[in-house]
Order: sequence, then structure tokens, then C-alpha cells
Amino acid sequence: MEDKHLLEIRDLHVSFPMGRETVRAVNGVSLTLEKGESLGVVGESGCGKSVTFSAVMRLLSSPPAVINGEILLNGRDIMKLTEKQMQKVRGKEISMIFQEPMRSLNPVMLIGKQITEALLLHENMTRAEASERALDLLRFVEIPDAGSRLNSYPHQLSGGLRQRVMIAIALACNPQILLADEPTTALDVTIQAQILDLLKRLQAEAGMSIVMITHDLGVVADIVDKVAVFYAGSVVEQADRETIFGDPKHPYTSGLLKCIPTLGTSAKRLPVIEGNIPNPSDLPEGCAFRTRCRYATDLCRAEKPPQVECGPGHYCMCHYAGQIENLI
Amino acid sequence: MKTILKNKFIVIGGGIILVIALISVFAPLLTDYDYGKVDLPNKHLPPSLTHLMGTDLYGRDVWCRVAYGGRISLTVAIGAMAVALVCGTLIGTFAGFVRGWAGFVLDRINDVMMAFPMLLLALIIGVVLGPSLNTMFFSIGIPCIPMFYRVARATTMSISERSYVLAARSMGSRRWRIIFRHVIPNVLPHILVIMSSAMGGAILAESSLGFLGFGIPQPTPSWGLIVNEGKTFMFTYPWTTAFSGAIIALTILGFNLLGDGLRDHMDPKIRNSPGR
Repeated sequence: MEDKHLLEIRDLHVSFPMGRETVRAVNGVSLTLEKGESLGVVGESGCGKSVTFSAVMRLLSSPPAVINGEILLNGRDIMKLTEKQMQKVRGKEISMIFQEPMRSLNPVMLIGKQITEALLLHENMTRAEASERALDLLRFVEIPDAGSRLNSYPHQLSGGLRQRVMIAIALACNPQILLADEPTTALDVTIQAQILDLLKRLQAEAGMSIVMITHDLGVVADIVDKVAVFYAGSVVEQADRETIFGDPKHPYTSGLLKCIPTLGTSAKRLPVIEGNIPNPSDLPEGCAFRTRCRYATDLCRAEKPPQVECGPGHYCMCHYAGQIENLI
Repeated sequence: MKTILKNKFIVIGGGIILVIALISVFAPLLTDYDYGKVDLPNKHLPPSLTHLMGTDLYGRDVWCRVAYGGRISLTVAIGAMAVALVCGTLIGTFAGFVRGWAGFVLDRINDVMMAFPMLLLALIIGVVLGPSLNTMFFSIGIPCIPMFYRVARATTMSISERSYVLAARSMGSRRWRIIFRHVIPNVLPHILVIMSSAMGGAILAESSLGFLGFGIPQPTPSWGLIVNEGKTFMFTYPWTTAFSGAIIALTILGFNLLGDGLRDHMDPKIRNSPGR
């Protein structure tokens, strides 16, 4: 296991002490990301997916967050970097786009300035070179009439355009990794498709690694190479896209897949996964999913399942990984 | 600059203040009287062509004193507001942004300052620094800091939770850069509203200090002082208070309009909308 991954998260734990309770948001997440690869991170709200990648950016303030584990970027543990060194990583090596394009741009700053800000921060550029590059970036993210948009304010742009601007800002310094935290959730479906196309093109043309954090499997199905399914702060299953969609081994993953509506089904109601995600300050003993799992046994109640490899690159955290079909 | 002049509030408010400032600066050209010369036989004369605003209880020309008075009143008001605005905004933004123990300590200091009577605090500062024009900036400005501090801190706390601050952090911006480029420009409009309302208080505070002997020494006039002197005869010889009071009101109106206009100007949504 000594080959270098671009990003490797090893046994990451994040918890937030809140008075007497402790909210355990991330419980032992291990993930790897290779160069040029795109990873889809899927899970319900509150399952720790955003917290995990905020920890990668070191954007969680600690305290209150208690973070344990290793996060290796090109083999270097970023948990050990000083804040100053970290500022050089953010935006330059890893950058992030957020869920709310409406609120992620400074309302009183020109678009052009907001793009050049990152360039002037990380690259040795003059102001003129930076505006030149800003224009190229806006063209790259297919913003019509890019030249005049440099001198627009955020409120003059639609949601889709703003998200494109956010992507342009994130791309400004050619980062190796782009973390996209629900980048299309706030947009309508047609715009969503355009933004996903743009991200796909980015990965193909710039060889950038993309982490797509989403609760929408449909978004993931289209553009990623690999999928990690989060549940209650753990990665319950990870595999390449075809395997996840074609041969899921974890009951949660297969439950999620059954929830995707398809055209032409005659069912009156969509199947749902009964119950709610467990309270992260009071996780159940044993397997975290057992409270909602139809196949739960005494073993699930007693022991937290280990991560087993049930195929090349296919990991699953279930005592009965791959045996579910036999149980039905 | 072109857009600034499109804003009617800024033009009218700025215009009022500019005219009053020009009157004060060119006061010697606008009146032949001496603001300090006592002429008791001619006291309490009503407005006429010789005395445009009448004379006060010592027979001094009120128009002359009002014109000269602007020099002190405007300077003190603007200087004191500058002190309060700069200190209050910087400290308040810092406290709201870092929070933690530093924010806690600043909050408590602010609480103590607010609990202290403003005039008493002004007097103490005046005594410590000794009477002069520069002292007035601080003795009136410093007690006003809590007003600015509170608004700056509260607004910063809400702004620093917005996504664009997180986004700036995720691009590797340093803390100070975020404060100056992303937080303060969004805090300032709220501060300007405070400024225009605090301005009148500053003009009056100057006269209170003068009344207590910690202001500008007599007979140099200031608007607050003229109002104060005329107060006793307000119902018998109203012109002294009326004219000096009116110019104070006009000045405050000017600053209010200017403050509102600047606030709108800073909001790009309003700035570029037609019809303003």
C-alpha cells in the first residue's frame, strides 16, 4: 500500500463535543483518490460527507471539532501543516465549490475581481495577466459575453451563471483536486445538466480529480468513476460506478438504488428506506445501519462490521456483504 | 464618480454640507462684524438688514457667530465621527470575526463603556488630554465607539457565516484579507446609518463640553454654544436659538442624506438600478 495516492484519507474521525454529548459526525472514514479520477460521495443529509471534506480543506475550526486520523495529499499529512502552509494548499492544490451559488459570491465585489483575487494570491501574476486569465476562465466555463461579465456584480447573474463563476474561481490556479459540495442542488434540472457536463469536460480536458459530494445518485451516475456511499459517518460501500449500480453488496446501497424513480415503472409509490438516519450523538451499538436494515441479525447488533473487500477495489462494511440476495 | 453624482441623496446631502462648510471657511468675507466684540447697547436686536439674524445677549451679530461657529462645530463633528467610525468598525469587525476569548474581552470592555455616562467619559478624556481642538475629536469620538462597535460586531457575525466568506477561506485567503475585502465592505453600509444619526449628537456634545469649560474657550463661537446662550431668552428673543438651531438641523439633515446616499451607493443592486 505504499504507492502514492493523490489524496488518501486514513481512518478519519471527526467529533463535535456539545456539552455532555459528543456528536460523532465522521467515524473512521478511509478513502483514496487518484490523479484524474472522479469520486462520487453519496449519502443522506447529516451522514458526514460534507464534514469529511471540510476536514480535508481544514475548514472545520478545531476546537470545537476534534479531528483524528490522517489526510495525505501527495503523501504529505495535511493535518500536520501550519495554518500558513494550509493557506497555500487551499485554492492552489485543492479548491472547493459550494452548494449555494447565490450566496457564495461577495455581493459588493465585481466578478472579475473575485476571480483575480485567487490568482494574485497564489500565482506570481500582474494584475493585467490575472484579468487576462480571468477572461479565459470565464470563457472556459462557457459564460456568454465573458468580457462584460468581468465587470458585473453577482446579483446581475443567474444562479447557473453564478455557479459557473464559482467553478471558474475554483479552477483559477489549476488545482489538482476540485471538491464539489452539492454543486447542482440549488439549480434547476436543465442548468444542473449543463454544470455536470462542464465538470465532466473539466475532468477530461484538465485531468483534474473531482470529488462530487451529493445526495443524488442520478448526478453521480453520469460523471464519476468511483462511488463511496456514506452512512452515519462511515463509508459503508465503495466501488467503481458500474459495480455500485450493477452489483451493490450493502443493503443500504441497494435500498438507495431502489429509490431512484425510472420512467415506465408501474409502481404507485416509490420504495423507501424505512426509518431515519441515527442521531450522530447516540449511534447504535454494532452496525450503524441495523436499525433500518431488514436483514439485521444478532451479529449486527453485537459487532460493528469490518470493511471487507468483496471484489477488486470494491469494499463493503456489512457482515453479510454479498449474501443479501440469498437472504431474500 | 459618475454614478455617485447620479444619486440624488448624495448630491443634495453633500451639497448642503459643502455650502455650510464654504460659509464657515469664507466667514470673514461674508460679514463685517467681529464675532467676539461685545456691544451691549445693541443687545437682543431683531433680524434686520444690518443684523441679518439679529444680535444676542451681548449685542454680537448672530449671523457672524453662526458663520464662524461652523468652523468649530463641523470640524469637531467630522473629526469625532471619524475617530468613532474607524475605531468602532475595526474593533467591532475584529471582535465579531475572531470571537473566542478576544471577542469576549472586547465585548466586556464595550459593556463597561456603554454603562459609563457619555458626558462623564468625555470629561475624563478631556481632562487627561487637556483642552484643545484635537482633544475634542477623542473626548467626543471615544464615547461614541460603542455605538459603532455593536453594529459592526453584530453585522460581522452574520456576514462571517455567509458562504462567500467560507469560499474566500477555501481559496486560501488570509484572515486579514477576508476581513478587509469581504467583511468590511459589507459591514460599512450598516455603519453609515449609525454615523448619520450620531452626527447631530456630536455637534451638541461639543456645546455641552464647552458649557462645562472643556470645549473651545470663549469667545470663539460654536453652534452648540450659540444655542446654549440663547436658551434663556428663547421665548422673548427667539432669533438666536432659532437660527443657530436651524443650521444644526440643516447640517444633520445633510449628513443623513449623505449617509443614506452612500449606503445605497455601496449596494451594487441599488446603485445600478434606474430611477435613483
